[in-house]
Amino acid sequence: MHRFEDSAYEPGGGGHIRINNISKTEGHSNLDIRIKNGKVDYVKLKITESKRFYTQAIRGKPAISLPLMTSRICGTCSIAHLTCCSEAVENAIGFEPTDQTLMLRKLSLYGMMIRDHALHLYLFCLPDLFGKDSILDFDKSQDDMIRKAFAIKSTGNNLSKVIAGRAVHATFAEVGKFSHIPDKAEVDKLVKELKSVRGYAIEFMEIFYSCGLNLERDTNFVSLVTDDYSFSKGKIIDSRGSCILEDRYWDYLNAVIMPYSQAVGYKFEGQEFMVGAISRMNLNKDNLHGETKADASKYTSAFPSKNIFHNNLAQAIEVLHCIDASIELLESNDFKEEHSDSVVIKEGQGIGMIEAPRGTLYYMLSIGNDGKVKYGNIIVPTQQNQVCMEKSVLELVNANMDKPKSQIEFEIEKLIRAYDPCMSCASHFLKVKWR
Amino acid sequence: MKSKKLKIGWFSFTCCEDSTMVWIELMNENFFKWKDMIDIRHARVLKKRNKLSGIDVAFVEGAITTEQDAKKLRTIRKNSKKLVMIGSCAINGMPAAQRNTFNDELKKEIEFLIIRFKQTPNVRSVKDIVPVDDEVQGCPMDESAFLAVLNKYIKEFGVSSA
Repeated sequence: MHRFEDSAYEPGGGGHIRINNISKTEGHSNLDIRIKNGKVDYVKLKITESKRFYTQAIRGKPAISLPLMTSRICGTCSIAHLTCCSEAVENAIGFEPTDQTLMLRKLSLYGMMIRDHALHLYLFCLPDLFGKDSILDFDKSQDDMIRKAFAIKSTGNNLSKVIAGRAVHATFAEVGKFSHIPDKAEVDKLVKELKSVRGYAIEFMEIFYSCGLNLERDTNFVSLVTDDYSFSKGKIIDSRGSCILEDRYWDYLNAVIMPYSQAVGYKFEGQEFMVGAISRMNLNKDNLHGETKADASKYTSAFPSKNIFHNNLAQAIEVLHCIDASIELLESNDFKEEHSDSVVIKEGQGIGMIEAPRGTLYYMLSIGNDGKVKYGNIIVPTQQNQVCMEKSVLELVNANMDKPKSQIEFEIEKLIRAYDPCMSCASHFLKVKWR
Repeated sequence: MKSKKLKIGWFSFTCCEDSTMVWIELMNENFFKWKDMIDIRHARVLKKRNKLSGIDVAFVEGAITTEQDAKKLRTIRKNSKKLVMIGSCAINGMPAAQRNTFNDELKKEIEFLIIRFKQTPNVRSVKDIVPVDDEVQGCPMDESAFLAVLNKYIKEFGVSSA
C-alpha cells in the first residue's frame, strides 16, 4: 500500500489520512479517510467525546428544573439548550410566557450569538486566514485587530450577563419567566458598549468576505425561519421549497447510525442537509435588521450561497444583526417587574425549537402527571450536519489529491471548522426511534 | 533580561467545556497581560501545535470515562509540576457521572454503548486517577477562584510581568 507521505499524492495509489484531535473546535473528534485507486473510499468523522447519557439521565427528573440540567449539555451554547428546553416544557404544560419574557429570551439569544460566533470566527477561524496556528501567534502589528475581536466577544458576554445572569449556564432564565429584570443603568451601559463595537463587526465581515475560501456543495439548507431573524418561534424552511411546522420536524428526519462516532447523524427527507448560519442567511436574509441590511449589503449579496465557507461570513453578518437588534430592543423598552401566572407543571408533551449558533435545535419532552420527565428527545445541529460534513470532506480531498498531505490536512481542518461543529453537544446520547 | 513565563496546559476530558469557555471569556480582559506572563504550551481549543512537556501547571477539566483518558491524564500529571482540577466534572465527576447513579433498567439500556466505546464501568473524577494540587470549584468554574489560583502560581513560579 502506498504510504501517504508529505509529498504530492501519487495518482492511482491508496492510503489513509488520519487527523487526531481536530483543534480549534468545541470538543473532541478524529477524522479517518481511506483512499483507494486515487479516490476517497470513505470519510469517517469520529466524534470522540464520551457520551454522558443525558437522554436517560433526564428521565424521572422534575420538569420545572430540567433547563438547568440540559444547559450542561454544552458550555458554549448553554443558553440555546436552556431556552429550547424551557420552551418545550412550556408547550407541554400549555403555558404562555409574557411578551417581556419572550423579549428577554431574544436578547439572551442575541448575546449568545455574538459571543459564540466571536469565539468561532476570531479564535478558531481567523488564525487560518493569516497563516497562523493560533490567536496566540499574532504579532504586535495585529494587536489592534485582536483587541477589536475581544471587544466584540466581551460585548456578547456582557449582554448575556445582564439579561440572563451569566453567559455560561445562565441563572436568571427559568421555565415561564426571568427571575431578574435588568435595571436602566445596566441597559444604558450595554447600549453604549454595543454601539462602540458595531464598526468592528463590519470590519470583520470584510475579512471573511474577501478570504477567498470556497467549496460549493449542492446540499439542502434547512433553518427555522422567523419574521425578525430572532432565532425562535417560526417555521422550518428548506432551500428546496418545503415549509414545515415546528411540531412536524421530527417526521422529516432520518437517523443515520455511524458506529464509529459517539453521535448519531441525521438526514432530512432521506438526504444530507446543512443547518447553521449559512442556512439562515440563505433562507431569511430579508428579515435581517434594517441597519444591518443597510451596512452589510455588499456581504449579504453573497447569499443564497452554496459555498460552505460562507457559513463564516453568515456568522459575521449575524454578529452585526444581533448588535443592531439588541440596540433597538434595549432602547425602545422599559423592563419592569411584572406579575406572571405561576407555572403549574402537569402532564403533557411539547416541542421546543430554536436556532442555536450552529443551527436548528430540537427538544421533545413528555411530562408525567407527577411533574417529572417521562421521556425526552434532543437533536442538536452538529448531529444534523454530520453526514454533510463527511461528504464535503470527501469532495475536498478528491479535488486536492495532487497536493501535499500537510496541505490537504490543513484544508480539511479549515473546512470542518467552517461547519463550527460542537462535539460536546453531539455526543449527549439520543435514544433512537427505529422505524 | 527575558521575562520568565508560567508554562501551562489546558486539558479537557468528558464535560461540556463550560470552564474552557469561562477561561476564554476571561481573555477578553486579560489576553495581552497573559500573553506576556503565560506560555500556553498545550490547549487543543486554541492551537494545533501542542507540547505535552515541561508544563508548570496543568489545568484539567472534565470527568474520566475511559482507560485511555485515564492513561492520558497520568501522562499529563507526569509532565506537569502542578495539576489543578477545574470545575465540577473534574472534581466530583458530575454531571458527567450521572450514569453511576442509574438504576438497573437504565444501566441495561446503555450497556451496549459502554462496551462499544470502551467506557469504564463508572465515571471517575480527576483525583480518583492522579494526585492533585488544587481545585477551582463551580459549574462552570468560579472566575475569581480561578484567577486566585492562577495568580498564586504566577507568584510561586517567580513569573514577572514584561
